[in-house]
Amino acid sequence: MKRILGLVAATAMAAFAVPAEAQQQLKVGFVATFSGPGGALGRDLYDGFMLGIEQSGGRLGGLTTEVIREDDQLRPDVGLQVTQKLLQRDRVDIITGVVFSNIMMAIYQPIIESQTFVISANAGPSEIAGARCSPFFFSTSWQNDQPHEAMGAHLQRRGVGAAYIMAPNYQAGRDALTGFKRQFKGRILDEVYTTVNQPDYSAELTALRAARPPATYVFYPGGMGVNFVRQYAQAGLTRRVPLYSAFTVDATTVDAQGEAALGTFGTAFWTYDLATGTNELFVRSFLQKHNRMPSTYAAQAYDSARLLHAALTVSNLGNKDALRDALRKADFPSVRGPFRFNNNHFPIQNFYLYETVRDAQGRFVQANRGVVLENHRDAYASQCAMRW
Amino acid sequence: MLELLVSQALNGIQLGVLLFLMAAGLTLVLGIMNVVNLAHGSLYMVGAYLAAQMTAVTGSFLLALPMAVLATLVLGLVLEVATLRTLYQRDHLDQVLLTFGLILFFNEVVRVIWGPTALFVPVPEALDQELEFLDGEIIYPAYRLAIIAVGLAVAAFLFWLIARTRVGMLIRAGAANRDMVAALGVDIVRLNTLVFGLGAGLAGLAGVMAAPILAVESGMGDGILILTFVVIVIGGIGSIRGALVAAVLIGVVDTMGRSLLPMILRELVDRQLASAIGPAVASMLIYILMAVVLTLRPQGLFPARTG
Repeated sequence: MKRILGLVAATAMAAFAVPAEAQQQLKVGFVATFSGPGGALGRDLYDGFMLGIEQSGGRLGGLTTEVIREDDQLRPDVGLQVTQKLLQRDRVDIITGVVFSNIMMAIYQPIIESQTFVISANAGPSEIAGARCSPFFFSTSWQNDQPHEAMGAHLQRRGVGAAYIMAPNYQAGRDALTGFKRQFKGRILDEVYTTVNQPDYSAELTALRAARPPATYVFYPGGMGVNFVRQYAQAGLTRRVPLYSAFTVDATTVDAQGEAALGTFGTAFWTYDLATGTNELFVRSFLQKHNRMPSTYAAQAYDSARLLHAALTVSNLGNKDALRDALRKADFPSVRGPFRFNNNHFPIQNFYLYETVRDAQGRFVQANRGVVLENHRDAYASQCAMRW
Repeated sequence: MLELLVSQALNGIQLGVLLFLMAAGLTLVLGIMNVVNLAHGSLYMVGAYLAAQMTAVTGSFLLALPMAVLATLVLGLVLEVATLRTLYQRDHLDQVLLTFGLILFFNEVVRVIWGPTALFVPVPEALDQELEFLDGEIIYPAYRLAIIAVGLAVAAFLFWLIARTRVGMLIRAGAANRDMVAALGVDIVRLNTLVFGLGAGLAGLAGVMAAPILAVESGMGDGILILTFVVIVIGGIGSIRGALVAAVLIGVVDTMGRSLLPMILRELVDRQLASAIGPAVASMLIYILMAVVLTLRPQGLFPARTG
């Protein structure tokens, strides 16, 4: 009797289950850092993603799209809490956003285990690119080491014989300099790690000056970059020792850095002046809507939305394998031009050199100075067992 | 090597002077009013934001400086009257709770008003250059020398105020024994407000002076607040002299530690290990110093309080 009842119940449920084609609702959980010093990055990710949705008329893949935004406060425990809320109470179909790698590492396992797709719009920790890669994880940014590798390759190619390198003393800082050294084979005059969120670099800059290096490479994201770059210029170093960096001078910091950022070089997967048609549309719409230059963060999240739109147009939420296949094809016009996924679901893409200059309207912008690494793959993909 | 040491000493003194501006106010508030004010760092931040705003409006940092300091002072007075005053008789824990709440409040308020990205404050043009000494062996930014000069001038002013004026006498008496001062008929409430306002103004000045060299952003006061507490604990709570000595001491030890310790470590252990432990040990130095001072002189170097 029990078995029959069970059978009846199952049949009834099957009958009431909404057929995949009829499902008109897409729920996206957007986890990012919106408060505190990292808040500017979360804001840019969110604005970029929402602009991407707007380009599809508010409907990703034709589905009514609801975005539920959660602040992780740059605290892994809070990130985990809001993620569990998104998964269990809101029952979101996709999770995206995520600025910081430590947050991603905290929320990664529960998302993967619930078989929910997560599209990282920023964080790209090496573990997820390597041994812990997952069929439910995709990235529209980069693996953390890549921009640093690009700068290492650039200085190597320019024949710079030695460099003085600096970063904050935490995982991402150590990864950054490791990535740089992977490609740069010249002499490392000194490798300096400073306290995270250290406001003043006068002691380190005095030591740097005494070492008389031909080039300086640093990784100082956010407010640290504002402090470092300004103090570097104020100490009269910018014109004596060229400053190279990644994530240090970008659209979120350059207004606070002002003229100190002029003439410094960085590497990234995208610049505002890339002449892909999609990019011109993106930059124009973003400027129009927010009255500020889009950053790389905004560009990455915009691509997350465009990727989802493309994949959902040819597949549906009900069939996860079909959706994954569609995501893997990455058949969408990326702001960065050619875009395809590696076996670990990280992009294979170009990295460019940019110089910070003042444009015709007096704005400080990152002008593209050419490709450094073409179709670059991250160093961890070989450790990922996933093949497709 | 000598040039390096001289430059690093200047760096240390400059950091110390900035810490002194913060510590002078905080030590008086804690020493005289017996109030633990965690929001002191927020006043520093507000000073920096007001400097940014007023520089943008007036186009002159020198004009913005007195305006921002005055505005922060007024904000301090308002804060004292509106919130802190009711908590004087309460436990320190209540004061910590309130002032911690104020930190969160101000960090969020500046984000709402000025947005999440850092603001830009230009270095005043006359000071936007490097000065060279000893045939160009020592190069030092003029603005940082100006910070040292302003800090020393404020120190001189405070010593005069505390040692030579009637208000100063009351402040000293209040630091030594506030109940006795109140019993003698001094309006301790007004004295408190005055001291808090003065402390707020000094924190504001520190923020304004720091604005052209540091990122003006939400939360910028949180880090310096911890250093400031270290300074007043070492210097002796309620003592301006102690604050000055301890601030410069902390500034120099921190700077020297950051620059010299990794170099020394590299001679002793291998490079990889040195780069791993160097920064960690360097950032601990001032706390080790504090622990040593507390062990040898629990009252701090120049204790002001007796009761």
